Amino acid sequence: MADMRPPIESGVPDPFQYMHPLMIKNFGNWAYHDRPRPGVLHHVAKSGDEIWTVRAGTQRQLGPYEINLLCDIIDKVGEGYVRFTIRSNMEIMVSKKEKVEPLIQALNDAGYPVGGTGNSVTMISHTQGWLHCDIPGTDASGVVKAMMDDLHEEFVKEDMPNRVHITTSCCQINCGGQGDIAINVQHTKPPKINHDLVANVCERPSVVARCPVAAIRPAMVNGKPSLEVDEKKCICCGACFPPCPPMQINDPDHSKLAIWVGGKNSNARSKPMFHKLVAAGVPNNPPRWPEANAIVKTILRAYKQDAKDWERVGDWVERIGWPRFFELTQLPFTKFHIDNWRGSRNSLNASAHIRF
Amino acid sequence: MAQKPKDPTRHSTYLPLDKKKSSKAFHSTPMLDQLESGPWPSFVTGLKRLALDNNMMVDLLGQLEHSYKTRLGYWKGGTVSVFGYGGGIIPRFTELMGKDGKPMFPEAKEFHTLRVQPAPGNHYTTDMLRKLSNSWNKYGSGLIAFHGQTGNIMFIGTTSEKTQHFFDEINEYGWDLGGAGPCVRTGMSCVGAARCEQSCANEQKIHRLLVNDFLDDMHRPALPYKFKFKVSGCPNDCMNSIQRADMAVIGTWRDDMKVDQKEVKAFVKGKGRKYVIDNVISRCPTKALSLNDDDTLAVDNRNCVRCMHCINVMTKALSPGDDKGVTVLIGGKRTLKIGDTFGTVVIPFKKLETDEDYDSLKQLAHDIIDFWAENGLEHERCGEMIERIGLVNFLEGVGLEVDPNMINHPRISSYVRMDEWDQEAEKWNQRKAAG
Repeated sequence: MADMRPPIESGVPDPFQYMHPLMIKNFGNWAYHDRPRPGVLHHVAKSGDEIWTVRAGTQRQLGPYEINLLCDIIDKVGEGYVRFTIRSNMEIMVSKKEKVEPLIQALNDAGYPVGGTGNSVTMISHTQGWLHCDIPGTDASGVVKAMMDDLHEEFVKEDMPNRVHITTSCCQINCGGQGDIAINVQHTKPPKINHDLVANVCERPSVVARCPVAAIRPAMVNGKPSLEVDEKKCICCGACFPPCPPMQINDPDHSKLAIWVGGKNSNARSKPMFHKLVAAGVPNNPPRWPEANAIVKTILRAYKQDAKDWERVGDWVERIGWPRFFELTQLPFTKFHIDNWRGSRNSLNASAHIRF
Repeated sequence: MAQKPKDPTRHSTYLPLDKKKSSKAFHSTPMLDQLESGPWPSFVTGLKRLALDNNMMVDLLGQLEHSYKTRLGYWKGGTVSVFGYGGGIIPRFTELMGKDGKPMFPEAKEFHTLRVQPAPGNHYTTDMLRKLSNSWNKYGSGLIAFHGQTGNIMFIGTTSEKTQHFFDEINEYGWDLGGAGPCVRTGMSCVGAARCEQSCANEQKIHRLLVNDFLDDMHRPALPYKFKFKVSGCPNDCMNSIQRADMAVIGTWRDDMKVDQKEVKAFVKGKGRKYVIDNVISRCPTKALSLNDDDTLAVDNRNCVRCMHCINVMTKALSPGDDKGVTVLIGGKRTLKIGDTFGTVVIPFKKLETDEDYDSLKQLAHDIIDFWAENGLEHERCGEMIERIGLVNFLEGVGLEVDPNMINHPRISSYVRMDEWDQEAEKWNQRKAAG
C-alpha cells in the first residue's frame, strides 16, 4: 500500500486551455455562420473575427499512428487546435480562409474524408460491439465501416433534404441512440439458460426484477437453484443477460437486426421524436452486413427523392404518412409494426384521415 | 481504395508489415480483412498497425475475427478500479477458452477500458492529443476512441496492473476518470458559446459546475443506476439531451427573437419568395411567422416556441433574443427497462447570470438526485421512477411547483380524486398574485 497514490479528483477539465484563441476571444459573442462548401463551417464573430472549421470523418478508434498523422497535418496546415463532434468527426479550426483548401487537401491525401456538415449523411454514432462490449449481439465499428464505405459520397456532399443522423446499437438497450435511421440488434428467441452456472453467477432476485414483462421466476433445475423463463411471455429483449450472463440471449442465427426510422433529437419544427420500427428479421451478417446496408440505402433513396427541403426523415414520413413510406420503400408491413407496449393506443389511427 | 495515396507512408491505409516488431505472428483474419478496402478509414488497418508493435493487439484481432466467424461476443466484466475510486473502468476478461481451459488469445485475456472525462466541447490541442496518445501507448494498447456514447474518451485495452500506472500518469497532468456503473456519469455539452452564435448559455460552465459537484457520486458508484447530465446551448439540442440525459439543461430565451430586416430582405432576394415561404414561413410549427409585402419578416413572438428552425435557415438575419436562460428537463433515457422516455420539462425558464442562479441550479440537481437515490428502485433510471410515481409526486418530492409548460395537454381521464381542488386553485392564484 505504501506506493498507492491517492487520485486527484479534478473532474471535468477546463476547456479554455485547449481552445483555439479566437474561440476564447469571441466566447459568447458570435454573430452568424455559413457553409462555404460541404465539410467547412465559417463562423463570424461580432468583433468581425472569422474562424473556419474543417470537418473530417475518422474511424473513431485512433491509435498513435493516426493521432500523429492527423496532428502533423493540424500543426503544419492548421493551427494546432482540434475538437470532436458528438458523432466522432474531427473539427479543425483555422483563422484564415487560405488555410482551408490546403487543409482539405492534406486530409484527403491522408485518406480522411472531409464532409459531414449540413444536409449530408454524417458519421454514424455507434457503440463498441464485439471489440469491447460484454453483451453485444453484433459488431459496431464493422457495421459502421461497411456502411460509411457505401455512404461516403453522401458524407462528402450535402445532397440530402436535411441532415441524416444514423445510429447503430449492438443490443436492444440502444446505446447508439435515436436516429433518422437506426440499425439495432433485435433478438428473436428467448435466452438459453446454463442452469449449472446461474446459482453461482447471478443474483436471482435482481434478474427477476430486470425483466420488463415479469417472465422470469426462480426455479430449482436439476437440484440446483436457477431461473426459468416463461417463453410465451418472453419478448426476447435481453434485459436479463447483463446481470446474468448464463442467460445467453445472443445467438448467431436468431439475433437479427431491425431498422428504425424517424428519430430526431432536435426541437426544430416538430418536437423531438423517437424512431419507429420499419424492418426486422435482417440477418446479422458480418463482415459487411449487405442486407442491412441495402435497406438503409433504399430508405435514403426514397427520402432523397421524395422529401422536401428541411424535412428530416421523421418530418417527411409525418407528411406523407406511413402507408406511403411502405409503398415507396417497398418494405413489408406486418403485425409487428403495430405497437402493443405501454401507451401504444396513442400510436393508432383514431380518425378518418386516410390517404388514397 | 478509390485512389492511390500520394504518399503511402502518410495515409490511413499504411501498414508496413516488413517493420513488424511484435513477436507473435498475426492470426489469419479473412473476415476482418474485408473491412480494409473502401474509402472510409479502416479501423481494422488501425488495429493491425497497433499489432505490429504489440502482441496484445495481435491476439485482440484473433478474438475479434473469432467473433466475426461465430457471430458472438466473448468479453465478460469483472472488478477493476484504481486506488481511491470504485468506478470509471470497464473491465474486460476474455471468455474464449481453448479445450485446455486456457485463453485462446492469451495476450488479450485482459483488455480493460478507462473512461476519462474530456473537456466540455471536446477541445484539444495537438500537443495534448499526442501526450495522451504517448501515455496510452506506454501503458495500454494505444487504441483510443474519441468518444464513447456517454461522452468519455475511451482508452481501450490494458491489463489490471497497468490501469493504475496509466491513470496515475494522466491524472497528474489534469485528467480524471469518468463514470461507469450506478453513478453520476460523465457529462456532455456542445461547442456552444465557444463557436456558435445560437448559444444561449455558458454550456461549459454549467457542465463543469454540475458534474464537478458530484465527483464523489461519480467515482464511488452508490446510486440506483446511472445519472447523466447533458447541456445544449439552444433547442437544436446537439447533445441529444432530451432523449439521453436524466437532467437536460437547454439554453433558450424569453424576449423577442432578433430580426435584422435588412438581412431578411437580402435573404429573400437571394433565395426567392417561394423558397422563403416554403422553407421558413410555412415550416414554423406555431404559424408565428409571416412575410410582409416589402419582404420583411413579421414575428408573433408570443407564439414562438423557440424551435430554432427559422434561425437555422436564416443564420445571418435571425438570432435568439437577449434575455437568455435555460429550460430544464428531467428523465430522458434509452430503452432498458420500460422503453424509451423523453425528458419532461420541470423548469420552463431559469436565468443563469449570478452566482446565486448557478447555485440554485446545482441545488436543484442535488434535490433531484437525493430524492431519486431515496426513492428509485435498484436499476431504475430517474425517468422510470417518475413514470412509476407520477410527475406530481416527483415535483412535490423535490419541491417544484406545477406549471402548464410541463404538459402537452391536461388530464383526459376523470378517474382521479380531487377533493383538495380549492386549496390547489388557491395556491395557483397566490403564485400568480405574487408574480
